[in-house]
Amino acid sequence: MKIQLRFFASVREALGVTQESVTVPESVITVGDVRAFLQQRGGVWAEALADKRSLRMAYDQEMTDAAAPIKDGGEVAFFPPVTGG
Amino acid sequence: MAIRVQTEDFDVSKEVAELRANSPQVGAVVTFIGTVRDMNDGSSVAEMELEHYPGMTEKALQNIVDQAKARWPLFDALVIHRVGPLLPLEQIVLVAVTSAHRGEAFAACEFIIDYLKTDAPFWKKEQTPDGARWVDARSTDDTALAKWAPVPNKDLDQLK
Repeated sequence: MKIQLRFFASVREALGVTQESVTVPESVITVGDVRAFLQQRGGVWAEALADKRSLRMAYDQEMTDAAAPIKDGGEVAFFPPVTGG
Repeated sequence: MAIRVQTEDFDVSKEVAELRANSPQVGAVVTFIGTVRDMNDGSSVAEMELEHYPGMTEKALQNIVDQAKARWPLFDALVIHRVGPLLPLEQIVLVAVTSAHRGEAFAACEFIIDYLKTDAPFWKKEQTPDGARWVDARSTDDTALAKWAPVPNKDLDQLK
């Protein structure tokens, strides 16, 4: 399926990517699967999205967790813990 | 209930006047203003930049306000959060709530800013003498949420 990826703050800077449209294999069905799929790219992707990094994630613009299922056309975002207010 | 994400500054007097205009049922107004400090984690801060997730930001803030409305009997609520470059002394965020009595207004205002600190997609980047750095989330922001465990109805009555 095809999904939209979005990155923010220090994650965006580390990857050098603000957003990207990507086609993922059939085995990728959750937000957590997307993260693992992107880690496979190696380099800055493996580093910035490493499991040890405490990242927050959103699906279709709602905060969620790694277990959340994804659908075709969905938007998945990865970012650091938020610091507003 | 209004949510605004904007670069422009706000005038709290004007916003409160509009919030409670023609609302004689309002007996309590509580406001919180967050401002830019010139020191953070031992370094002096010359300027800060607020980044956000357009689309999700407004939804997240609305969701937080809806939760506050469900927990307390509020008449109205307003959240204004600025984004872009800000200098020390500038205002960052306004949370304002109106209700009949002070108990729910104080509680709801604090609830909204506590949840904004952990759930609203904003990120601060500071300029310091040693260069730019992203502000780290504070563990105290997460522990602040613990005070909002559900309250039995009889305790809510005692807040009025």
